[in-house]
Amino acid sequence: MFGIFKPRTFFNLANTSIFWLKIVLVFALIVGLILALVLSPIDYLQKDTVRIMYVHVPSSWISLFIFLIIGTSSFISLIFKLRVFSVYAKSLAPIGLVFSLISVVTGSLWGYPTWGTFWSWDGRLTSMFVLVLTYILYVSLWSFIKNYNSAEKITNIVGIVGLINIPIIKFSVEWWNTLHQPASITLTAAPTIHSSMLAPLLIMFFSFCILSLIIFLIRYKYEIINFRVNKK
Amino acid sequence: MIFSKSTKKRLKIFSLIAIVASVIFFFIYNNLQKNVVYFYAPQEIKNLTNIPSNKIRIGGLVKEGSIKKNNNTYVFIITDYKNEIFVEYNGLLPNLFIEGKSTVAEGVLKDKKYFIASTILAKHDENYMPPEVANSLKKDKLNK
Repeated sequence: MFGIFKPRTFFNLANTSIFWLKIVLVFALIVGLILALVLSPIDYLQKDTVRIMYVHVPSSWISLFIFLIIGTSSFISLIFKLRVFSVYAKSLAPIGLVFSLISVVTGSLWGYPTWGTFWSWDGRLTSMFVLVLTYILYVSLWSFIKNYNSAEKITNIVGIVGLINIPIIKFSVEWWNTLHQPASITLTAAPTIHSSMLAPLLIMFFSFCILSLIIFLIRYKYEIINFRVNKK
Repeated sequence: MIFSKSTKKRLKIFSLIAIVASVIFFFIYNNLQKNVVYFYAPQEIKNLTNIPSNKIRIGGLVKEGSIKKNNNTYVFIITDYKNEIFVEYNGLLPNLFIEGKSTVAEGVLKDKKYFIASTILAKHDENYMPPEVANSLKKDKLNK
């Protein structure tokens, strides 16, 4: 059952699946972008500005989701010494960093026409800023610490500690008074986004997921090859 | 259990650290609840014992029909349907500053009922819909 986590099996799986994932990505992205930018209706208050949502929300979700995986993998690697999980985390980190930056930048571009400001230190924006800093710390520790074993241990700890921030980001809009609006899509209630806007949002999220997966597999392959070369 | 001795040891140390960390987190969270206030709701302003002299933010709904413009100075009411605060503001309003929707005002309290704002931000809600749907919702409301 756990055979998929063996580096060799996973490497071969990555090799065969990247081609098909690319095809899925192209189709999903074309459909998603046409729906999001052309066919979806304008918002009754925000007009065309609402289209920023189709990039902002999926990027935010993915940056949180990736850190969740990084934290969990760090835990598995540190405690159970299944060290291939550190390679997963290391390969995922730059993807999460870029998506968290996209989320913050598109968010402030969206904030100016709607809120009237690019930035404000409310609970959601501050905790998201902390996530970006954690990503930067995580990625730079891997490149600054030359010894693989110590880099692995320290980044594992950063990954686990950084995990605390994830529920803070998620629930910041419920715990505190924030400028940022509460979540429109929750597990417990019906979404407060009209279906004609929800569909492109979910398709864009799907394509961003596939894109992340492709980059992850490429980076994973690179890390494994790099590891073998350095060992020799 | 299938775990080796050293794995068990690491698990024990980790759970100990996790317990300590969650206690610390709990205290920090409780403190933040009290100290880090992004904005005050009208009810919280009412409950204040003394009027803060520094800049604060207040937030709530813009009362319908309350916006009055005199030259470049706006006066409107922020409400939570129970308490009302007059807000005076001199400057440009953001596009989404609309009667019946939320806003956050930055400035100084003159007294508990009067606020002099230096910045007005519009806070929008989590509802997104096309104009046609919004219009038909409005009609339904009026017919009731």
